[in-house]
Amino acid sequence: MSNFWLHPSLILILGSLLLPFVPSRLKKGYLLLIPLLVFARTLALAKGIFGQVQFLDWTLVFGPVDALSQVFGYIMSLMCILGTLYGLHVKDDKQHIAAWFYVAGSIGAIYAGDFLTLFLFWELMAFSSVFLIWFRGRQQSLAAGLRYLLVHVAGGLALLAGIVWHCKTTGSWAFDATFKDLAVNHATPATWLIMIGFVLNAAVPPLHAWLPDAYGEATFNGSVFMCAFTTKTAVYALCRGFAGTEILVPLGVIMALYGVVYAVLENDCRRLLAYHIISQVGYMVAAVGLGTQMAINGACAHAFAHILYKGLLFMGCGAVLHMTGESKFTALGGLWKKMPWTFVFTLIGGLSISAFPLFSGFVSKSMIVSAGFEEHKLWVGFLLMLASAGTFLHTGLKVPYFIWFGKNQPKPEVWNRAAEPPWNMNVAMAVTAFLCIFIGCYPLWLYKMLPFPEEAFKYLPQVYSGYHVSETLQILLFTGLGFFLLLKKLEPEAKISLDLDWPYRMGGRAFLWLARKPIQAVDTFVGELYRLAGLIPLMLAARFAALVDNDVVDGLVDGTAEAVRGIGRRLRFAQRGQMQQNLAFAFGVAAVLIVAFLLYSNH
Amino acid sequence: MKLVRLIEFLRRHLKTVVRLCFGVLALLLLVDALFVDKSHAHTGPERLPAFWSIFGFIGCVLIIILSKWYGHAGIMTREDYYDE
Repeated sequence: MSNFWLHPSLILILGSLLLPFVPSRLKKGYLLLIPLLVFARTLALAKGIFGQVQFLDWTLVFGPVDALSQVFGYIMSLMCILGTLYGLHVKDDKQHIAAWFYVAGSIGAIYAGDFLTLFLFWELMAFSSVFLIWFRGRQQSLAAGLRYLLVHVAGGLALLAGIVWHCKTTGSWAFDATFKDLAVNHATPATWLIMIGFVLNAAVPPLHAWLPDAYGEATFNGSVFMCAFTTKTAVYALCRGFAGTEILVPLGVIMALYGVVYAVLENDCRRLLAYHIISQVGYMVAAVGLGTQMAINGACAHAFAHILYKGLLFMGCGAVLHMTGESKFTALGGLWKKMPWTFVFTLIGGLSISAFPLFSGFVSKSMIVSAGFEEHKLWVGFLLMLASAGTFLHTGLKVPYFIWFGKNQPKPEVWNRAAEPPWNMNVAMAVTAFLCIFIGCYPLWLYKMLPFPEEAFKYLPQVYSGYHVSETLQILLFTGLGFFLLLKKLEPEAKISLDLDWPYRMGGRAFLWLARKPIQAVDTFVGELYRLAGLIPLMLAARFAALVDNDVVDGLVDGTAEAVRGIGRRLRFAQRGQMQQNLAFAFGVAAVLIVAFLLYSNH
Repeated sequence: MKLVRLIEFLRRHLKTVVRLCFGVLALLLLVDALFVDKSHAHTGPERLPAFWSIFGFIGCVLIIILSKWYGHAGIMTREDYYDE
């Protein structure tokens, strides 16, 4: 293995496969060790192109390392540590394995230099993250997981179709600068299909409804993982392949505002946060569309900061769900007495996402807004500013206020269950909160990692200029004034809001109706016809045959039937009949085969 | 639990806290009008004193009212809507 290049995802995949064999007293240490190793490996990656593997006619490239992949690899592996620490007390190995496979998929997609590798890891992400929804174990989780899988399989198919089409016409499988030039300057139906695959994962409307549907239903720690990886990997892929695609600018701005509108209506805190992912990813998508060096820096910086503060927010709301069993505003309220530290951490997340000075969002979001203004797209700048008012309104004010304060008094059983979460959850929140403030106070640390550091350094003096601080504080504090003046209007309502998952949720029902009513009627009619024309004469013939049959053939057939029943009885024990378990088993076997193949082919 | 006591203290003196907040808002407007260098502003209106305060406040009110109107126009529905 002379040219063996240790892929960070490989550590995670092997680490998850070994997890069930680790003795329980060593488990917590092991759970922390593997993500730390992945993080160390990501930091140690030298720039260049590594991990080239010949596979049939293709050259798979597992490791082109440059500034763009490094900044995303860095934050993904960092988030893996924080997310695992947050769920450290979860005793169910399956949940950790699913989460790690998911992260492995994301990191693998980030370090993919060709479309086949990208697609492989892209699908690994979808098929492993669905378990984070299913493991919640509710009836609704099963349905939400299936919908999630369905949408992602559709997106994956669009991506695959685009990839095959593109590669057959151009003869190149490389996912690099030449592809970007083609996709931006000479877009073809194939590159459009690839973009549809990407923007579905980035949750760009109208392909966004899977996100709140799934993230609101996942396990308390599953959502912490989910909020970080899928959408931001898509932002990375868009940065790599579609920087400067004009259409992404209006789409991004629509996303930023769309999320804000639905967040007003939302009654479930985790679904509200999910809508704000759409809103925040909108900034990044718009930045990718602008495509200037400053905008791409902004997209990367904002993705980096976003993963931390959104992770923190999902940790805070996840802690409330974990401890009280509730995530609806109408069932919560006044928890400051019971969970004060969770409140402080969530507030820090809220202030970071709102881009308060000294918090992380302030140094990343402004880069995108400034890039919009500098490109003389004033409407982009102003509408994104409007969306930031909405962000503070909900995530900074509505979430903390209606969970920890407010007039609502939760039911006694909810109130009695409420308490600060286990130590590991608190530590994970504290570290993430620290990082949010650290980035806000010392932006240079983040700016140094960006794809165009020189451009970022030029922007640095503007960040804490008097004008920028005054502008931001005015917007945010006067939004706060509006919030308290209109508090009555914002009282949560025990309702759900219809979104664009309606067509496929109700479409399924229409299909079912079609199956039940008209198709059933046709079936009955055909059945009747068959009975009259075919069955009655047949029965007469059969009665005659039975006379012969009864005495001669029966003995033989009975013996065979007995044997089949015996085999069936034995098979029944092997077949457990649970779809999730069977799927998990199948994915596991597939993963082992892939790893074995990669190791073998590196010789 | 020092943190709980701090929050209790602030809640007991809510009126003072609210007055302080109004003070901060007024101070912010004053500083913006008198001291902030606006040469970096991208457009003319941004140079007006308190432009972003008005933008923030009106933006917030619009977001709340328009979203709620949209929600009540048929988008918000009963929680068991999708249950069979």
